Amino acid sequence: MNCKRAINQITGYLDGNLDEELKKVLEGHLDKCHDCHAVFDTTKKTIELYCDGKIFPLPDDVRTRLHEALRHKLQQAK
Amino acid sequence: MSDSLQPALVKSEPVLVTEAKAGSYAAFEELVNRYEKKIYRLGMNITGNPEDAEDVLQETFLKAFEHLPDFREDSRFYTWLVRIAVNEGLMKLRKRRSSKEVPIEDSQDEEGEVMPREFADWKPNPEQLLARAELETILSNAVKSLPPIFRTVFYLRDVEGLSTEETAEMLNLSVGAVKARLFRARLRLREELAKIFKRE
Repeated sequence: MNCKRAINQITGYLDGNLDEELKKVLEGHLDKCHDCHAVFDTTKKTIELYCDGKIFPLPDDVRTRLHEALRHKLQQAK
Repeated sequence: MSDSLQPALVKSEPVLVTEAKAGSYAAFEELVNRYEKKIYRLGMNITGNPEDAEDVLQETFLKAFEHLPDFREDSRFYTWLVRIAVNEGLMKLRKRRSSKEVPIEDSQDEEGEVMPREFADWKPNPEQLLARAELETILSNAVKSLPPIFRTVFYLRDVEGLSTEETAEMLNLSVGAVKARLFRARLRLREELAKIFKRE
């Protein structure tokens, strides 16, 4: 397996979508190739950072306006 | 043991939905409290714009309130909310695209090979080296640098944990198109973060 093919399989590997044979070939390449291993490792880390990051927090004023809009809708529905 | 030491009763989502359908606004409000942060985050990820994200948030919950009697409960309530929010977010993007502000897809990003440029290892635990606010700014800016459809696919698959098939159905894309966009989104985010986190 060359580096180009390995890079193309990395996200499938992260998702657990590769068949056993391809998985073994890719793992063999990652063991030997520092660059592809670094790409694999840091792609995994990228996903983890976004899952833990909680970016774009809900501002208090936006939350207040949401609840006001919902109560207004409730009053209209009555 | 006194009652005050009992843990507060946390109602399950299906119980709250049943009560809300029966007319309990308190139950509906509890569902809003539970999911408002995630829906706002989804709106920001799709639109990349705080005003549009607020519209997505309000429209999602107003529509959910209005159409709650039609919710058949064959999926989770939260999945139903995400579906509404994705539709609202994509409508916002289409409106902006028609006013030539932002393309939903950047054709230059859809073609050509994606090969990494950065191969350096990262510093260990980079998130611990930065203040939380600084890390959030770095992650936000990186995600905003992606075309909207890339960051939407990335968010639904990797952060929300939807399957490839669910993401494809929600975005009206083929499974192959979702996989291709996810691949590009992950590698491009990695490239952006590598500029900051790589070992010198």
